[in-house]
Amino acid sequence: MGIVSPGFQGRPRSQEPALPPGQYLTEDFPVLSAGPTPRVSLDTWEFVISAENGTEYRWSWQELMALPQETPMVDIHCVTHWSKLGTTWQGVSLDTLLDGVDTGAHFALAHSYGGYTTNLPLDDLRGGRAWVAHTFDGAPLPAEHGGPARLLVPHLYFWKSAKWVRGIRLKTMDEPGFWETAGYHDYGDPWREQRYQGD
Amino acid sequence: MTEMSYLDGNMLDGPMRELFTVDLSTAMGRCENCGMTGSMASLHVYSHAPGLVARCPSCESVMVRLVRAPDRAWLDMRGVTYLQVPMPMERPLPEPL
Repeated sequence: MGIVSPGFQGRPRSQEPALPPGQYLTEDFPVLSAGPTPRVSLDTWEFVISAENGTEYRWSWQELMALPQETPMVDIHCVTHWSKLGTTWQGVSLDTLLDGVDTGAHFALAHSYGGYTTNLPLDDLRGGRAWVAHTFDGAPLPAEHGGPARLLVPHLYFWKSAKWVRGIRLKTMDEPGFWETAGYHDYGDPWREQRYQGD
Repeated sequence: MTEMSYLDGNMLDGPMRELFTVDLSTAMGRCENCGMTGSMASLHVYSHAPGLVARCPSCESVMVRLVRAPDRAWLDMRGVTYLQVPMPMERPLPEPL
């Protein structure tokens, strides 16, 4: 037992924000970008899941909007140390999109308009933990934050939540994405502070 | 046929140290994607990101990525076909091998 017990000063722990190690709280929404902001027309926007056998499953914007919509309220954690709590989104669960996709793959590579990529285990896109989100805080997702639609996978560092998402390739082998090939962690769990390779 | 021998990477220390002490902004680089050759100082660098991303000013392809961790750094230059660096010889060319 430690010699200092909690609760004698400051706020009780139960009221402190739940932040992963090394993170600080921010109230605004910083814009991070590794390139020019793609401007994608809703008329030509599409989302494609490509199975490992070559089969493609496509949704237009209208088809995406016709799917069941969810409104997750989640905390987001950027690898550059900021966290934002209680963010509200609207989008389509990856469970819905993957339903009916015939695959034995264990890995996914999300790819975006503009060329960005990021990899995740396919299991992390299932179980009510990942969405294609098109609305933030009640308004259409601005382009600088990844609109028309971005991936939202809040249990991993936010670089996994690919802006301007265009599709997901299902793969039998793990293929590192843009930041994962430049020193960042393959998985990126903020609670285990998996920022860089080897963390 | 005689096998060509090779040296281990330690021999690169001297030449690379000489290269990386130059002012990179005076170097010319060739974009692997579009072939444009220009000053490295003219690249478009996106720094509000988890690392530095330098893109070709002509085609916007990624030429350089530099990620800095507290104790390590990663430099990825796969988008640069070559670097041309001003480097006057400090002594005459060696005899032909």
